[in-house]
Amino acid sequence: MLLVKAGRVVEDRFLRVLDDAPVPDGVPAIVPAARLLADARDLALRAAPTGVIWPNDRRIAELAPYLDWLALVALVFPTFKDGRAYSQARLLRERHEFRGELRATGQVLRDQLLFLQRAGFDTFEVTKEADAAKFAEAVQRYSVFYQPTSDGRPSARRARAARGVAPPLVPGTREVVR
Amino acid sequence: MYVYDDFDRTLVAERVREFRDQVDRRLSGELTEDEFKPLRLMNGVYLQLHAYMLRIAIPYGTLSSEQLRTLAHVARRYDKNYGHFTTRQNIQFNWIKLEELPDAMADLARAGLHGMQTSGNCVRNITTDQWAGVAPDEIEDARIWAELLRQHLTLHPEFSFLPRKFKIALTASAHDRAAVKVHDIGLRMHTNGAGETGFEVMVGGGLGRTPFIAKTIKPFLPKRDLLSYVEAILRTYNQYGRRDNIYKARIKILVHELGAEKFAREVEEEWQSIKDGALALDASAVNDIAARFRYPDYDELLDGPPELGKALAEDKRFRAWVDNSVANHKVAGRAIVTLSLKPVGGPPGDATAEQMDAIADLADRYSYGEIRVGHEQNLVLPHVAQRDLPALWRALDAIGVATPNVSLISDIIACPGLDYCSLANARSIPVAEEITRRFKDLDLARSLGRLHINISGCINACGHHHVGHIGILGVEKNGEEYYQVTIGGRAGEDAELGKLLGPAVPYATSPTWSRI
Repeated sequence: MLLVKAGRVVEDRFLRVLDDAPVPDGVPAIVPAARLLADARDLALRAAPTGVIWPNDRRIAELAPYLDWLALVALVFPTFKDGRAYSQARLLRERHEFRGELRATGQVLRDQLLFLQRAGFDTFEVTKEADAAKFAEAVQRYSVFYQPTSDGRPSARRARAARGVAPPLVPGTREVVR
Repeated sequence: MYVYDDFDRTLVAERVREFRDQVDRRLSGELTEDEFKPLRLMNGVYLQLHAYMLRIAIPYGTLSSEQLRTLAHVARRYDKNYGHFTTRQNIQFNWIKLEELPDAMADLARAGLHGMQTSGNCVRNITTDQWAGVAPDEIEDARIWAELLRQHLTLHPEFSFLPRKFKIALTASAHDRAAVKVHDIGLRMHTNGAGETGFEVMVGGGLGRTPFIAKTIKPFLPKRDLLSYVEAILRTYNQYGRRDNIYKARIKILVHELGAEKFAREVEEEWQSIKDGALALDASAVNDIAARFRYPDYDELLDGPPELGKALAEDKRFRAWVDNSVANHKVAGRAIVTLSLKPVGGPPGDATAEQMDAIADLADRYSYGEIRVGHEQNLVLPHVAQRDLPALWRALDAIGVATPNVSLISDIIACPGLDYCSLANARSIPVAEEITRRFKDLDLARSLGRLHINISGCINACGHHHVGHIGILGVEKNGEEYYQVTIGGRAGEDAELGKLLGPAVPYATSPTWSRI
């Protein structure tokens, strides 16, 4: 597994804290969801950034009270075929306006990277090394996007609106409008 | 018909490039079959009993003559010279080699055709009335809304890994020709008390092993909210639909387990927070799509031209065909012509490359270059001048697509069954062929009136057997093919599921079923 951020492989500065293990002071740490809910007050006062790994079967609304101080939310793909975290990611970014690091973890493969980025993820625990190396290529496969999301890519609808409404076709002709 | 602009064309070309790379990585072993499978499925590629199968979308059932010629080319160049039209306005090719798939897709892409999302756990091809735009009883052309949905749901980053497949159908006519009540989302356009047009939204319909008729969760949805409301339904389903059991993963199970009212409340709550956002449809967004639908500039004609009256009086075979296969058009002097792909003794829904080419030529000559595909697995020429009917009939008869059996007992809907499909328990096609032979006497078939037989080779119900007036379901008993028979099903606006008639019967007795 390699961590990719802004298109490059980077070192993971966060320590993954398991279950009830102590959270070391002064070190960025990711805690499990249950730990966050139990120890939120202490965790909020830590001197170092804190993140949470949030399972894909819990409602994102439950996370809302903690989002103003959480530095990172990691969402889980138990397999790449389980797409629940795409909805969670969009809710975090678009409804709860979470601006911290949003990390994809679990089975994270090349052919899903663009979808993940469009849904709002900005760091990726990429499962295969070869996929991490091809990150930039994988997220630039498409230049046309039909749906607006928060990723900043212009949708076809916006681009069409900017171009102006397509001229009506001359009835009875077979011309292709360009 | 919808004409692609540069955005649409670019996206399809980029998709082909991506798939070529994925096939290369699969062939080199870089991708495992488990990793590759969802990728190929989302491009319409199945691994069947004998070979890979490619399923091509025909969005809302509209094809240009150029596109039909491209399908003929693919049948000829990459397959065994024929294609199979399905019950969801798709066409399938059953014998394509994996190495050649990217080339076939590139050829299709040049004509604006693709297999995107014709399979896999994503939103499938959006279907509608095959008579949309020409039906006298429609309130508007449902295809514009189908195209808006198609675009919004193509490569949607949030909804490409749903719990299970997801099918949407629309109708804008009083008579539902799109079977919307047996879809995951069924949309019926209608006019409310204030004279505005909008959608009745139904969810959780579907066939398969647990059939349900869809339930209405929104009696009237304004048009501006179509995308946001569908987004809210999908978001609810994506998060809460079951993923622990593939047989309970469709939205119909979620709706059933939560209850339609609770499901509707979940959707409503989600929708309230997105309805006024980026998905709200303004007039310019709708007009932009509508402007790229091309409508013929019809000559002014009158109903019942003398050429037609003369031919009707002179030729009994022609008259039988007109009575059966020609429907009223919204414009005077025009007709909607259904081409039966159900020849006596032939597999339902198949067309050869030569037939496709010939139909494309006839569409250019008689139907402004446009062809439609219906869920009954027949083709339609939607813009025919009534005075041209005799000449068109002779040409269609010559290529074997003028059997006057539309909506009669031999107009059978059937899945490919055990002859092709790796999921099937029993054959469908030979049963259909046998029934058509038994009822080749059209007077006998006509005496029975409108009668739909639907045949599925397994419980997945691709032949929609639950909604056949007579439904036939292939099952396996001790390694042998057996068939369960249901009666009383229907698919339209008054959709109902058929009732089981009795214990399953073995394949060998199928010739005697006609006595039912």
